[in-house]
Amino acid sequence: MAMKIGEKPFKERVTDGIGDVFMRGAVSSAQGRFRSGRLNAAEELGNWEEWRKLGEEIRTHTIENLDYYLDLMSENVSKRGGYVFFAETAEEANEYITNVVKKKNGKKVVKSKSMVTEEINMNEALENAGCEVIESDLGEWILQVDDHDPPSHIVTPALHKNKEQIRDVFRDKLGYDKTEKPEELALFAREKLREEFLQADIGITGCNFAIAESGTISLVTNEGNARMVTTIPKTQITVMGMERIVPTWEDMEVLVSLLTRAAVGQKLTSYITALTGPKQEGEIDGPEEFHLVIVDNGRSKILGTAFQSILHCIRCAACINVCPVYRHVGGHSYGSIYPGPVGAVLTPLLGGYDEYKELPYASTLCAACTEACPVKIPLHEHLLRHRQEIVEKEGKAPVFENLSMKAFSLGTASPSMYNIGSKLAPKALGAFTKDDKISAGPGPLKNWTEIRDFPAPKKDRFRDLYKKRKKERGE
Amino acid sequence: MKVSLFVTCLIDIFQTDVGMDTLELLEKLGCEVDFPEKQTCCGQPAYNSGYVDKAKESMKHMITVFEHSDYVVTPSGSCGTMFREYPHVFKGDPVWEPRAKKLAEKTYELTQFIVDVLGVEDVGAKMNGIATYHTSCHMTRLLGVKEAPMKLLSNVEGLEMKPLAHNYNCCGFGGTFSVKMGEISEQMVDEKVQSAEDCGAEILIGADCGCLMNIGGRIDRKGKPIKVMHIASVLNSR
Repeated sequence: MAMKIGEKPFKERVTDGIGDVFMRGAVSSAQGRFRSGRLNAAEELGNWEEWRKLGEEIRTHTIENLDYYLDLMSENVSKRGGYVFFAETAEEANEYITNVVKKKNGKKVVKSKSMVTEEINMNEALENAGCEVIESDLGEWILQVDDHDPPSHIVTPALHKNKEQIRDVFRDKLGYDKTEKPEELALFAREKLREEFLQADIGITGCNFAIAESGTISLVTNEGNARMVTTIPKTQITVMGMERIVPTWEDMEVLVSLLTRAAVGQKLTSYITALTGPKQEGEIDGPEEFHLVIVDNGRSKILGTAFQSILHCIRCAACINVCPVYRHVGGHSYGSIYPGPVGAVLTPLLGGYDEYKELPYASTLCAACTEACPVKIPLHEHLLRHRQEIVEKEGKAPVFENLSMKAFSLGTASPSMYNIGSKLAPKALGAFTKDDKISAGPGPLKNWTEIRDFPAPKKDRFRDLYKKRKKERGE
Repeated sequence: MKVSLFVTCLIDIFQTDVGMDTLELLEKLGCEVDFPEKQTCCGQPAYNSGYVDKAKESMKHMITVFEHSDYVVTPSGSCGTMFREYPHVFKGDPVWEPRAKKLAEKTYELTQFIVDVLGVEDVGAKMNGIATYHTSCHMTRLLGVKEAPMKLLSNVEGLEMKPLAHNYNCCGFGGTFSVKMGEISEQMVDEKVQSAEDCGAEILIGADCGCLMNIGGRIDRKGKPIKVMHIASVLNSR
């Protein structure tokens, strides 16, 4: 799976999403839980706004000095005997990873959750090289078992499935014969995955935060699977987007505090796994060989642009969990493994406007995302910026819209033009008006009146009434 | 106190009664209100669609129109927010940024002005009915006006307020979003109408004509027995 999911055009994906009653039920109830969880956790912590500011400062400083911290990270990993590879593209990353696996004669890879490996389509590359790849995050594993159903959320990838659907997947694909009780489903998954862990020769992880000062990678999970992935296989490969870095442990603590609360309303996840290079002399666990693959894949092109702060994202999904558009269309509608507001900003930057130019418009600019973001990324402003780029730099706006905006500018920048236009409106729309309402409007009003009535323009505008009133009063 | 009314283009053309109610209400509260007749639109339709250069033309015009006002008051959280955003839009422009800043600093949404500037929480309004309040996104999140409308409504004699479930979710208006993404907008507005119906309100009150046109238009189409009212009209009821 690469960043792009599905082949259908945006409108069809949206129609599919809106028609998926199970998914919408699951999403709206999850949004309710995540929202109240986040607000309660923030209140309990206290001074949430101060924490957010601190988070923003850390991310801003880190991304502004990304070259320095990547260098420091790389140096410290090497010092401990790990290997570091900078991959400019998805292909370069996959080639390196495949080569490591081949060299080790790896037959089975276990993975913990990682969005960047989805983005670069790593699983497929490894499978093509004859290696079996097993996802060990429960949500990711369910999707993998279900014939590689794409993730619809960056933290809870199988959010679009309810427990009955998961039971059916297990039954149809793996012969599961118990009920849809979450405990029974989880126990079944645990038993199956345990076998895989014990057989795997290579462990591949993502990375929540790479701590530059010590060359440590850290992973935030609730299932403990990352701990298994980093201790059982002899060789470990960690794949990280180049922005997933923090300067110090102290910074990491701040960001983890924000991440777990913003993501799922937890003070801390059940496991925070930290790993500093391969097993050292005298240590009893950890991989014998450690590779860190740092992926660019379009990120460095965002540096230095007005979109730079999207690289501050810590992948908590708080913006997705409050988005009223995501609520109704679900993650697959975005056509990218990165859905919701962060996806609508990031996906067109990584994948281009040709493929993803609708995404910045799939928002009412309600700013719920900006308000929820724990590191204060102005997400709705980035969506606006995209629209501006599409219109002004790319010249990709629809012709009709372009014309109406020209008319708008003409009619609002000059009071006399506005005067003529607004005065003509009741006459122009007279034929469509009944009982002060328009139920089937022409031109751009057509889309509006397909589902709503539109008020008829008044014969006397406010300005006319104001003038009359003034006259009557002898003013 | 001298106040210039920025009535917004939607109210000027479609909801003239809201404009009159705003004018009367401000006068009742002792303000000397003028209406600069050269005003047009804040530029938001173009700005939010990405046509920033075109929007700037309307913005420059509006800055000029209100240059000599002491206070600019508008019965719209969203258009008020747009005025407050002008300095951001003209950032780095030696001529227009300072002028935009002056306008932004003296612009208030109607309820914000009544509560924060005039210091009034009870305007002496009377209206019987069971109502709920739609919190519009730009007004609450970007302008930061959350408490003022609730304070004012709680003091309207005869009015019983019911909480609206999921009040933090957008109604699906979003300007051109409502027509560009009509299918999604429909789902959003339907959920909003459903919440209003579920809370038992006879009246849905809001402080933004865009949202009210969207929610009200859907209520009318579905034939639901809920009346949609602008907060200015509620506060001007006696």
